[in-house]
Amino acid sequence: MKNTIDHSTAAATFNKDVERVNWHDETLWFVRSKRDKSAHAIPEWEALRDTASKIKNNVLSNMHHYLQEFEAKAKENGIIVHWAADGAEHNKIVHSIIAKHGVTQMVKSKSMLTEECHLNEYLADNGVQVIDSDLGEFIVQLRQEPPSHIVLPAIHLKKEDVSDTFNEHLGTEKGNNDPQYLTEAARKELRDTFLTRKVALTGVNFAVAETGEFVVCTNEGNADMGAHLADVHIACMGFEKLVPERKHLGVFLRLLARSATGQPITTFSSHFKKPRKGQEMHIVIVDNGRSTQLGREEFRNSLKCIRCGACMNTCPVYRRSGGHSYHNAVAGPIGSILAPNLDMKKNADLPFASTLCGSCTNVCPVKIDIHDQLYKWRQVLVKEGYTPTSKTIAMKGMSAVLANPTVFKIAGKAGRFVMKNMPFMVNNNLNAWYKQREMPAPPEESFREWYARKAKESKDKK
Amino acid sequence: MSSRDSILSKIKSNQPVSVNELPGLSFLGLDKIDVLETYKTVLKGIGGFCEEVSSLEEVKAYVETKYPEAKRKITTIPELAVIAETNWDAHDPHTLQDVELAIIKAHFGVAENSALWVTDAILGQRVSPFIPQYLAIIVNKKDIVATMQQAYERIGNSDYGFGTFIAGPSKTADIEQSLVLGAHGARGLTVFLME
Ligand code: SF4
Repeated sequence: MKNTIDHSTAAATFNKDVERVNWHDETLWFVRSKRDKSAHAIPEWEALRDTASKIKNNVLSNMHHYLQEFEAKAKENGIIVHWAADGAEHNKIVHSIIAKHGVTQMVKSKSMLTEECHLNEYLADNGVQVIDSDLGEFIVQLRQEPPSHIVLPAIHLKKEDVSDTFNEHLGTEKGNNDPQYLTEAARKELRDTFLTRKVALTGVNFAVAETGEFVVCTNEGNADMGAHLADVHIACMGFEKLVPERKHLGVFLRLLARSATGQPITTFSSHFKKPRKGQEMHIVIVDNGRSTQLGREEFRNSLKCIRCGACMNTCPVYRRSGGHSYHNAVAGPIGSILAPNLDMKKNADLPFASTLCGSCTNVCPVKIDIHDQLYKWRQVLVKEGYTPTSKTIAMKGMSAVLANPTVFKIAGKAGRFVMKNMPFMVNNNLNAWYKQREMPAPPEESFREWYARKAKESKDKK
Repeated sequence: MSSRDSILSKIKSNQPVSVNELPGLSFLGLDKIDVLETYKTVLKGIGGFCEEVSSLEEVKAYVETKYPEAKRKITTIPELAVIAETNWDAHDPHTLQDVELAIIKAHFGVAENSALWVTDAILGQRVSPFIPQYLAIIVNKKDIVATMQQAYERIGNSDYGFGTFIAGPSKTADIEQSLVLGAHGARGLTVFLME
């Protein structure tokens, strides 16, 4: 893996191309607006969110039982169940299944979990070629980039970029930027892939403890094309994907696509319960830090996430810094809560990549207290000594200032003086907030000065 | 200890001490809507076509006028054997790769999102709604429910190996958020609403 560039540095680079950043910002806001329109059309939207949140709370508190129930039912249904403690074990299991069948190629539909585990790299090192079949993932894979968004993997790219990539790899016409034309080219290419792969891997959106079935949602139909044509279907899931009973799917399927893209439901919501005749079906249940997060009382709620991406689309920081700046498989607000659990040192910058405006919390379909958790992570990280340098200096300065009224007074005066007369002093790398922002014109007098003057004036009047 | 046992034991010691109660669902999905009208509007909104018919004869006539005769068509409905192949359900699924149109039935539809529920029992093959260039699904008008809430009440604990909700043609917006119909699955979906 490459060295990690911290969020604010990566964001600064992303912000160099002003036009592109504005476009990125607007595109995601457009998706957020579609979500609003769709949500507002459901009178009981809030009741649905509330119910979903409660169901997930139940799942978290009864995980031990539900997982065993799910495993037993899945086995009864003829599915082979595997357990992986971490990413490395997950990768090994997947590879052993592929190796057993003596193949060197696999088709894969969207699975953020396999991104999290770096499965593609592992398989490539072991001589297995993986083709990502979701169009967005297919595009970024050709470009050797990670997805920048969990629902819209290529949202950071313009059609010109896609056209160049396809021209290079698929031989499409140079300069033809028509999305219809480009999609058709990928369709032709991938159809051949679907028809020739013996092993298909899919993600899992929901797994039902009661019945042992799992649900995969796509718009493109790529998960189904892969799974129904392959001899072997491998489905990989984080253990938090469970819901207790089949009927609970109704609540989540009503929320998921509306929150994600504003669609009333994804085109396909496929329920896999038993392998088809002659087919082999595997489920890999992965922990990879989730059980640790379950034990962190303040952060366990993050495991309720159904990966709709709404918190990213609405986040002012995500929209203006891009998914890659989060250097984690899951970007944006929720990614910034999940990442430090996996590696505090490497991801210490992420909980700071937020204005704590709370917009994420407001749109989250399962009511995760996202911005509160980001705030709490900051405290944990500071306590554990993992704060990113620029923030530490600013925060130390801040707490010294707030602790001492005289310094606070002088600091305020000095601050207004600096902003008026030497704005470049504020625009240094120690103040990340100045980047890409016009600082507001400083007021002529502070509230404190205004209050003192008013008090004096009224005293003088008497 | 196996990974299974160590994961489970860690979960047991880390999950909340007391179980949070499951909420009831019976108060959901009770808003009064015109089920059929909603179904048609939503289907149009997501790129599907809707044809109201009163017999399989009408379906036959529609298919004959809209789809070229020379191209391969398959169906699971014996009455449509004159216009489409019927005995393909035991074949290798790969042999369906050149199918232009598949005509199948749905158990029921859902008004709020225009999704249609299909399972192994009526699919012939699992890949049949995904692999053809175009897809046509017949559903009875009286089998449209209001929301997913009623949909799962209707599914209940019925057994199936595979089932899927299909809402509109396959699509993608992965290139600059421009909607393109026909990603990997069918390029077009016609729903025949049967009297
Ligand atoms: S945290 Fe909530 S809003 Fe964000 S992706 Fe997960 S479910 Fe969606």
